[in-house]
Amino acid sequence: MIKAILIFNNHGKPRLSKFYEHYSEDTEQQIIRETFHLVSKRDENVCNFLEGGMLIGGSENKLIYRHYATLYFVFCVDSSESELGILDLIQVFVETLDKCFENVCELDLIFHVDKVHNILAEMVMGGMVLETNMNEIITQVDAQNKMEKSEVRL
Amino acid sequence: MALKIVKGSIDRMFDKNLQDLVRGIRNHKEDEAKYISTCIDEIKQELKQDNIAVKSNAVCKLTYLQMLGYDVSWAAFNIVEVMSSSKFTYKRIGYLAASQCFHESTDVIMLTTNQIRKDLSSPNQYDTGVALTGLSCFVTPDLARDLANDIMTLMSHTKPYIRKKAVLIMYKVFLKYPESLRPAFPRMKEKLEDPDPGVQSAAVNVICELARRNPKNYLSLAPLFFKLMTSSTNNWVLIKIIKLFGALTPLEPRLGKKLIEPLTNLIHSTSAMSLLYECVNTVIAVLISLSSGMPNHSASIQLCVQKLRILIEDSDQNLKYLGLLAMSKILKTHPKSVQSHKDLILQCLDDKDESIRLRALDLLYGMVSKKNLMEIVKKLMLHVDKAEGTTYRDELLTKIIDICSQSNYQYITNFEWYISILVELTRLEGTRHGHLIASQMLDVAIRVKAIRAFAVAQMATLLDNAHLLTGNTQHSGICEVLYAAAWICGEFSEHLEDPMATLEAMLRPKVATLPGHIQAVYVQNAAKLFSTVLCGQEGAPADSKVAQETSQLLIDRLPVFVQSDNLEVQERASCILQLVKYIQKLQQKDVEVAEEVTALFAGELNPVAPKAQKKVPVPEGLDLDAWINEPPSGSESEDEGRKTKGKAVFAREESRHTKPRYTEVDEKELAMRREVRKAEQANNPFYIKASPSSQKVYQEAVGVEHIPVVQIDLSVPLKVPDQYVKLEEERREKNKADRKKKDKKKRREKGRQRRGDSGPESEEDITPAHMVDIVTEEMPENALPSDDDDKDPNDPHKALNIDLDKPLADSEKKLPVRTHRPDEVLKSPIEDAEGLEVTSEPKKKSGKEKDKERKKGKEKKKKKHKQEEGEDLMEAGSEEPVQSKVTNDVAAQPPASTPEASDLDFWLSNAPVPSDPQEAAAVTDAPPASTPDAASGVAAVVPDSEPEETKSSKHKKKKQKKEKDKKKKHHHHHHSDGAREESVQNGTVEDEEPLPPMSNYAMLAENSYIKMVCDIQGNLHDGSQVVVSVIFENKCDSFIKSMEFNVMDSLNSKLQRPEGAGPHDSLTVPFHLPPGISSEARFIFSVQSIVMPQKLKGTLTFIVKTEDSSTHEKLDFKLHFTCTSYLITTPCYSDAYAKLLESGDLKGSSLKLEGINQPFHHLLARICFHHHFSVVERIDSCASMYSRSIQGHHVCLLVKTADQTVSIDAKCDEPGLLRNVLDEIKLTFSQC
Repeated sequence: MIKAILIFNNHGKPRLSKFYEHYSEDTEQQIIRETFHLVSKRDENVCNFLEGGMLIGGSENKLIYRHYATLYFVFCVDSSESELGILDLIQVFVETLDKCFENVCELDLIFHVDKVHNILAEMVMGGMVLETNMNEIITQVDAQNKMEKSEVRL
Repeated sequence: MALKIVKGSIDRMFDKNLQDLVRGIRNHKEDEAKYISTCIDEIKQELKQDNIAVKSNAVCKLTYLQMLGYDVSWAAFNIVEVMSSSKFTYKRIGYLAASQCFHESTDVIMLTTNQIRKDLSSPNQYDTGVALTGLSCFVTPDLARDLANDIMTLMSHTKPYIRKKAVLIMYKVFLKYPESLRPAFPRMKEKLEDPDPGVQSAAVNVICELARRNPKNYLSLAPLFFKLMTSSTNNWVLIKIIKLFGALTPLEPRLGKKLIEPLTNLIHSTSAMSLLYECVNTVIAVLISLSSGMPNHSASIQLCVQKLRILIEDSDQNLKYLGLLAMSKILKTHPKSVQSHKDLILQCLDDKDESIRLRALDLLYGMVSKKNLMEIVKKLMLHVDKAEGTTYRDELLTKIIDICSQSNYQYITNFEWYISILVELTRLEGTRHGHLIASQMLDVAIRVKAIRAFAVAQMATLLDNAHLLTGNTQHSGICEVLYAAAWICGEFSEHLEDPMATLEAMLRPKVATLPGHIQAVYVQNAAKLFSTVLCGQEGAPADSKVAQETSQLLIDRLPVFVQSDNLEVQERASCILQLVKYIQKLQQKDVEVAEEVTALFAGELNPVAPKAQKKVPVPEGLDLDAWINEPPSGSESEDEGRKTKGKAVFAREESRHTKPRYTEVDEKELAMRREVRKAEQANNPFYIKASPSSQKVYQEAVGVEHIPVVQIDLSVPLKVPDQYVKLEEERREKNKADRKKKDKKKRREKGRQRRGDSGPESEEDITPAHMVDIVTEEMPENALPSDDDDKDPNDPHKALNIDLDKPLADSEKKLPVRTHRPDEVLKSPIEDAEGLEVTSEPKKKSGKEKDKERKKGKEKKKKKHKQEEGEDLMEAGSEEPVQSKVTNDVAAQPPASTPEASDLDFWLSNAPVPSDPQEAAAVTDAPPASTPDAASGVAAVVPDSEPEETKSSKHKKKKQKKEKDKKKKHHHHHHSDGAREESVQNGTVEDEEPLPPMSNYAMLAENSYIKMVCDIQGNLHDGSQVVVSVIFENKCDSFIKSMEFNVMDSLNSKLQRPEGAGPHDSLTVPFHLPPGISSEARFIFSVQSIVMPQKLKGTLTFIVKTEDSSTHEKLDFKLHFTCTSYLITTPCYSDAYAKLLESGDLKGSSLKLEGINQPFHHLLARICFHHHFSVVERIDSCASMYSRSIQGHHVCLLVKTADQTVSIDAKCDEPGLLRNVLDEIKLTFSQC
């Protein structure tokens, strides 16, 4: 199970947070801060796995992250997920964002967090991986965006 | 109204949208909070408007603010409003907001049930999709219960997009509403073989997640997963399955044996590192599960270790990390194979990556031995010194302690060294693990008696320097060690060199700043010390003044503690203060009190095992809840008081009976051990003698100067107490030398040659420095061994520990729903009946087949001739492995076991089990590479025969039947040659040996009173009617009457009832059944759509009347309306047939059947008979067939056969119907 998916920038500003377990808003912010603290102090060339912070299950969970330019993509997962698999999934996620936003950058995520959520919803649902095929994800996202556009025209 | 809308949209132009909000926040960096609060005010205004567009815009902004940490639960109702918009755009915004901020205690969730249900059944797949996604985040037990049926229906949705989401969300439903698991599971299982890879992957995902928590309930799925594993190419699915096998294999070692080979193959073949890694992991799990049973899997271990070494040496830090992680798993069972890579692991300790260092530390834990412990710990101490972050340093600290204390200090040869390491560790500033060090100190001092003198000396030094530890009170974690120090000095004060000094140290005013529980220990142990001091002083009568001074010291110092705000400190202090005052009085009268004071603290305190109290078995006949005295009818608080009193009585009894037992053992052993120890101490030149003078020397030489505790300068790096290492080394050298001398004496001749290559010391060569007497922890007498006390009672997965193999009971066929729920709208017939599918089908089959077999058997007897028998024998010989397995299986199978369970046994029995020579032989017969195929092939056959076997009455006939069965097969073989030139006419075959009459009557249900078989036929004259003919057979000796037949209608299919009857009334069967008589009744059903097969649940109630009594009985059944039953055998001429095909109105589909080894005419006859087709034309091994549905759909088949492969090309004007018919044809042939 994936417990949470967080995107924040190099300064720890959240760009997307998706928790698959309920926490209060305050706790969520603390988790984001704690995670940022854990992840940001790591060098570029160290491994992408570390044990989760105390707030989100401690050593039961793992943080698996990737750092792209100004953004950290962090998945907090439990032992049923394959570490390397999740790393690939993050890659798929980022590539999908890249396709959907055409050369994605932090600003896209800042201003269109709703869209990022919609894309993520086609990949991960309720903490479980729904789809890993990028083309399938993009097809579904596009189809829904098309629907939205047709509704605007009406 | 129109004006309002226009006004709304104009307003909207001035509203901020999400982008404006974000921009605004970015422009107000200084007063962000203030800006946001004005935005929230605006949003509140927007939410008050009627325009849904404005509302959804507001909700969208709220979702963003929620991410920034603002509580937006006040807008929950508005979110529900936006969710229920008919427009997808708004709906999506609403569901996203709900998924981000709704949770179980959000009360408006109750309002969403119907909205969600509506969205789930929306014709737009994205409405459904968005609802499922949202629901997956905020599903509550109520929602799960109310929507379980709807979601289950969606699992069979035509769109894979919906199917996969529905499958995934079922996991959440199971968690919140465990009752749904059993009814939904058959369908979940079906989805494992869904044609869409996404749906399949989702189902694998869900089942893996379920199985991870309660693996034993999913063992029976192993064959299915095995099949998937060997056939799937999707790495995600493979990884999940392989992980699942890792969880299953500890429960079933035979499974592990089966897995090793395919996994090894995958390891060799895959290029995906993720897959390789998971394979290695599961192989490790298998090896762990096998480690006891199987002698040798060293090749597999070697392969794993070797692959892992490659990972660890890789430059990719991720692989390095995972490699270490997996290595630590091997370590547990095969430490030797890992220890050879010690170099690599020590190297990883220097890695710049903390995660990797931590993993390497984990590995070190398992790699220590008596020989290398000191060396490794020395290395670790260096790392402690260098460590920057406190987290890593603390981790190192716990690791050092773990490593040293593992398996009862197995690897420690010198406890002085260990104590000094512990003392060393107390210098860590700001560690959280003070209590850990303290408990180690206590544990060692209590359990290793030989070390007490040394430990006490060290602790006294610690106490004396307590101010250094407590200097920084914020980081007071470390002052926990003072707790241990005080206790050790007090309890073992007889070893103290200068008890008076220690007593003084313990009563310093500064102590009052320590945490309460530590002060309490100080006070209590000060009293113990006091008694020791008194003893020493009263020995010399001249010193009575000194003794009085000591008392005065206590009287002066204790009042500080009497004023403590900690109750325990206060109480202990005032007790002791009064005691000392009393003693002082006695002293003034020159009364000797030392002996009596010492008696206060006499007796040893022994360690008690952590779970000892819990494990005290309740003595027979003792009811802890029962009243000892009848409670007076007083107030409740009084009751409670009594209860605790009762417990106290019990506890006292307990201590009374354990204590003497211990001393009894101790008394004898102690004497012996003391002797041994004395001898040992005398012989050991490095042993610090207990005489006061030598101890003093030691204190000065080693304790004060070399133990760095004393010279505290926190910026100075930690100093490893080398002297112990050196001492130890010297000692070992000496021991070795001694031993060598002895060796030499023993074998003078060999000695010379051996000396050169004396090599490294082996484990056994190292003798411990002390005769270590590690006191074991006390456990109560007849403690019950139990390991089940570690489980978390709050784990939601506990509720999902449900046996899934047990066939569904009648009450479970359908998900329970609340009665008031308006659920007619969505209840599809398929879904209602789905539950029992798995269990009902084999039964039906078996019924059919039994009929057939019986008849065929008879005929064969007639026609049997010598040649066939010869063939039989030959074939029987070649089939022996299979047969032996079958009989084995039957023998091993308890009569009550479920088909799935025995199926699993059967499947697994292919793997060799050492205890079962027959099975082992069976496997060696078959080449290993073919085992998976063979296994799955065989497994497919088993379920057919299984239900027969379970019918106990027919047990004896079983073997015969099997033989017949086999003969039947040969028989068919035999005739296939002669069947070439037969002519076919309308489905009947003219042959020298016509097919036995087949029966379409399928078993419907049976119990000990009555048996029901039925035939379902479409009504030619009415396109919406299906006629069900049911034969009721009375099986008992009693008269059966008042039979009432009832079926639960679905939307699509309804039982036709006489006019005036209600929709749930049952129909009376128009006859009674005397014993042994059977009779047929017909029931007419009206159906609307015939495209899908359907199942209807029904009940037959009847009265069994015997001479003296009558009982009311009931029998549940499921009617299966296959698509075939909607087809009617209709003759068709070839020219009309050709025209029909040319018309182009028909859509095609095709089917391939493999491994069909029956003659073509039998095949055609079967299709004609079971599926209501007629043959239009047949040329050699090719035939065209035709049938028509009751609603006039044309179904055309072109059947071709070549080498056991039958291909069927089909056309029909209703593709759905065609697909189902083809599936049913496939099923028919998979059963023969």
